[in-house]
Order: sequence, then structure tokens, then C-alpha cells
Amino acid sequence: MQPQEPLTILIAEDSAADRLLLSTIVRRQGHAVLTAANGAEAVEVFSSQQPHLVLMDAMMPVMDGFEAARQIKVLAGENLVPIIFLTSLTESEALARCLEAGGDDFLAKPYNQVILSAKIKAMDRLRRLQATVLQQRDLIARHHDYLLNEQRVAKAVFDKVAHSGCLSAPNIRYLQSPYALFNGDLLLAAYTPAGDMHVLLGDFTGHGLPAAVGAMPLAEVFYGMTAKGYGLAETLREMNAKLKRILPVDMFCCATLLCLSFQRRSVEIWNGGMPDGYLHRIATGERVPLAARHLPLGVLSPQAFDDRTEVFSMAVGDRVFLLSDGVIDTCDANDQLFGVERLQQVFAGNRQPDRLFAEIEQALQDFRGEARDDVSMVEVSLLDVVQVNPPAPVYSDSGQSCPLDWSVSFEFRGATLKRFNPLPYLLQLLLEVHGLRTQSGALYSVLAELYSNALEHGVLGLDSSLKRDASGFARYYEQRNKRLDALQDGYVRVHLQVRPQGEGGCLVVRVEDSGKGFDVARVMERPLDDVRLSGRGVSLIRQLSRNPSWSDDGRSARVEFFWEALA
Amino acid sequence: MTDACVDRDVLSALQEVMEDGYPELLDTFLADSEARLRELQKNADADALSSVAHSFKGSSSNMGATRLAELCQELEQHAKDRSPSEIIKLVAEIHDEFAHVRPVYEAERQRSPAH
Repeated sequence: MQPQEPLTILIAEDSAADRLLLSTIVRRQGHAVLTAANGAEAVEVFSSQQPHLVLMDAMMPVMDGFEAARQIKVLAGENLVPIIFLTSLTESEALARCLEAGGDDFLAKPYNQVILSAKIKAMDRLRRLQATVLQQRDLIARHHDYLLNEQRVAKAVFDKVAHSGCLSAPNIRYLQSPYALFNGDLLLAAYTPAGDMHVLLGDFTGHGLPAAVGAMPLAEVFYGMTAKGYGLAETLREMNAKLKRILPVDMFCCATLLCLSFQRRSVEIWNGGMPDGYLHRIATGERVPLAARHLPLGVLSPQAFDDRTEVFSMAVGDRVFLLSDGVIDTCDANDQLFGVERLQQVFAGNRQPDRLFAEIEQALQDFRGEARDDVSMVEVSLLDVVQVNPPAPVYSDSGQSCPLDWSVSFEFRGATLKRFNPLPYLLQLLLEVHGLRTQSGALYSVLAELYSNALEHGVLGLDSSLKRDASGFARYYEQRNKRLDALQDGYVRVHLQVRPQGEGGCLVVRVEDSGKGFDVARVMERPLDDVRLSGRGVSLIRQLSRNPSWSDDGRSARVEFFWEALA
Repeated sequence: MTDACVDRDVLSALQEVMEDGYPELLDTFLADSEARLRELQKNADADALSSVAHSFKGSSSNMGATRLAELCQELEQHAKDRSPSEIIKLVAEIHDEFAHVRPVYEAERQRSPAH
């Protein structure tokens, strides 16, 4: 037998001879011995010396062994202090009483040394097992607390970043568990300087902190580039490159990124690996699927990454619905997937659009038998542009170095026009002029229209009348992509001139292109409040800027912005 | 005088276990037993008799006094359901049996003097 670590053993026995005999046997087996002559003494010795094990006579004066055993078990708490009853009791009822009082084993008189030694060893194993279990339980509890605390900190930091966006805008409804981040789910929304809205629903591979770490850089790129006026293509390229660079190979992010334009009444969308989203046209009840056309973010190299987006026209009140794979992949008891068909049945049964989330949740719960907490859904609806109030951007500089008398000219040629979006740079430059900051939204919208008119109608020669209806709208953007790919020559020139004027100042913007021009007089005849899909650009320019004019057969556009003395 | 009612094997096992403590164990047992006999003789309460008999049974069995242990067990079990005269007779038998075995332990004590 293995040598046993010495224990401290309490012997509670009223018979002096038996006590002496037992103490001697136990001591000879290598243990330290404490003795008590009755139950009350036993409890006292136990609480002052905490022995590992107790040998307890059942029948003792003052306090019997049953009561002493009960009290010792209470004092021992979670630790296992085995109690072996010493007894010549023979009736099964009396033996049962020993167990009920907390006894772990019996030893009959007359004592047998070999059996006593074996029982002490067995009880010591049990005692150590219990101690190990307690130790591991405490360790697990500590790890668990530690993990929860890490998640709390990560969530607090992340919430600060995520909430810098506009998820609370009146046209956004979403459903997401507060700890969705640790399921890898990510939902972001922000206004562009032109008052458009960018929304991202992402789903990182994995769970827990590893799934959450990628969210921070992704959110930073999203907010940073959206605020500076970058479009979806540049933002996607940057997100993909950043995730590709920092994430391990088996980690990536399925994502849908969209740009909802209230002015153009359109949605531009890129879906990489997410389930189909849906564009719900309220007038017809049609639900246009927004299918994944790309690999997730963080998979492809920057060279192979495809930033091509799709554009759909929208009417006021139309909704775009996005969801995470938690919805489709919900399993029932037989491992059947909820699937797209069941989702579409919920769509079909939906009568009040505002009840859609609740109905989907209910359907998932009915299907699975319980609710799940890793489902993310978001719905954005197109508002009339006058209902949209993006918050004014906050600037931190003092204005001391504000430039007030300068001009600059750019010429963007063929290859540059394909990939480079100069608008964020132009806007940043112009917003150094403090007087222009209060009209940054209008400034950006007008610059964006002038630039895309010059590029699309001028350089690429696209016919804006294509955009008359929804299918032509989609065809227009297909052609735009195709012609841009094939582009060799052509240019867009941008001239900016800033002049002080009294206490305020004036900005003149001229945009020229290498295209064929257009019949200026005919376009100017159209009424200003035109909300047809085609030709809205010109109308918008005329509403948001001062003294717009076209020359050189429409190849050169000129607008002005004015500002008064700053408060 | 016969010592047929003391198990010799038990005594040699006790001596082996106790080594130098053997005389002390014998002294303790004899003193303990006398105290218990006195308690048995002056007690009329059935519960008290049963309890003393239980303890006496335990130490007698440990010390190899088999017949004494049997008599104690009889008293422990029947203290409540036997007539006072039967009890008095049983206590007397225990007394006699102890008187019978006592010299055996005393002889052991003589053989192994305390150091």
C-alpha cells in the first residue's frame, strides 16, 4: 500500500479503555490523535483544532454521537470531514440513524486494525476528492468571473464606439442581444456628410472574445470613412484590407453594407456572405432579395477584392431588411433548419410591417421550442429627405488658421476615375473654411452630384433617362460599372476658388468633363420639384447651391456658396 | 479458576498493538469496569442501565471478555422488558462474570509490569 500522508484524527469515545486502545492503534498507523470523552467535548475539540477525520462513538453521556455528528457537519461546511461511527449497535434502525446524522461509515467493536486502517484510507480518498472538487469549482468560478469581467470591459469600450453612430435614428429598427458582440454579430449605422445613411450588419466567425476583437477595427474604418464622405467601394476596400491584415486566416467577417440615399431615393448595397436581405417595396408588396455576391470581408487580398455594389431605386416608406444567419440557421429538435422558405412564409403572413420582428421571433421560438439570443435583424426605411436630420458634425479646431483667399484646380484622368473617389479630399479641404461648415451637407451633396454627373453622363456618356423606372435604374448602374471598367481616356476637372467677402466669403465651384455635353436649355425647363428618378441631380444642385449655371454645351457646371460673418 | 471466558488470541493481539501501553490498558479496563459495575448496581432506571450495559459491552468485547460482553448485551437489550427481579439477577451474573475474569487481567498485569 502507498504510504499515507498523516492525518489529524479526533476520537470521541466515553469508554476510557476503548479510547486508549483506539488512540494507540490510530497513532501506530502514523496519524495525530485528538480525544474527547463525550459529544460536547468532541464538538469543542473539532471547532478549535479542525481534525481531518472523526471516529465517533454513538452512545455517549452529555451529548450523544448523533448530535455531535450533526453539529460537526455544520461546522465543516463545504469541506468533507468524514465521520466513522464506532458502534456495537446491531439494529439496522440504529445504523440508519448514524447515516442520517451525517455519518459516512461504521466500525464495529471489537476493533479490527486492518479494517480500521482501510476505512481511514478510503475516507481520506473521499475527503481529498471533495477538496479537489471544491478547489476546481472555485477555480472555474474565478475563471468565469474573469471572463465575464473581460467581456464587460470589452463591451463597455465597444459600446462607446458603436453608439457613436446613428442606430437610434427614426428610420432604423433593430433587434440584437446586448451581448451579440460575443456571438460575432455587429451592427453599425452612421450618416455621411451628404446626409445619406450607411448601415453595416456583420457576422464574424467564432464566438466569445475572439469573435469580438475584429469588431473594433471594422467599426473604426466604418465610422471614420463614412464621416469623411467615402463611398461604399472605398470603405469596403479598406475594411477588407484591414481585416485581411490583422485577422488569422480562419477568421473573417460576413457583412452587408448599404448606403441609403434619401436625396436620390435609392439604396446601394454590397453583400459578402450574409443571408439574402430584402428590399420591401410597400406599393407593390414585392420583396426584392439582396443576395450575397461576394466573399466575406477579410478573405481576399486587396488585389482580388471585388467592391462592386448594386443600386436599387426606392420610394418613401420602402424598407430594407437585413438579418444574421442565426435566423435561417435556427434548428429544431430534429436538426431541421428554419430556412429561407419559413422566413418567407412569415413575410407573407405579415400584415403590420412594424410587427415583423416580433413575428419572426415568435416563428423561431415556435420552431425551436425556445428563444435564442444570437439573432440580429435590422430594418431601415426610406424617409422623405425633409424628415432626415443628421446631427451637425463637431469640429475641434479653433479656426485661427482658417484659409480665406485661395484657389485650386484638379484634373482627374481615366485610370484615376476608375478607382479613386476625390470627394472626401475635396470636402476635407473645403471644411477647413469655417464658414462652409454649417452647410457641409449641402456642399457635399452638390459636389457629389456635380462629380457624378461629370463622370457618368459626361465621361461615361450614360443616359440619365434610363433611370426612369426601377429596372432601368438597375441597368443604368450595370452599364456604369461596365463602362468604368473599360475607361481609357477622359477627364473630370474640379476648380475651387475661395474669396473673402466683407465679414464672410464666397466659394465658386466649377466642374468640367470631357463628355459630349447636353441640351442645357431643355433640362432647365423642368420644374424644380421634380421627383422623377432621372434628372434629379440637376434639380438638387439648383435647390442646394446659389447661381448654378452650365456652359460649354453642358460640359462645364458652375455653382456658388456664400457665408456671412461667423457668430 | 478457568479463563475459558477470555479470548487469549485477543489478549496477545492487544499486547502487540499496545506494546508498552498494555499495562495501562489493563489498568484502565479494570478501573472502568468497576465504575460501570457500581453504576449498574445503584441504577433502577431502565434507560440508564441499558446505556451503561452498552458501553460495558463495547469495552468487554474489545478486551476479549466474550461472555461478559454477551451478558452486557442481554441487559442492554432487555432492560426495558424484563421484571426488576430478572434485572437484578442479570446484574448479579454480570458481577459474577467480571469477578471470574478479573484475575485473568490482573495476572496479565503482573506479567507485564508498568515501566
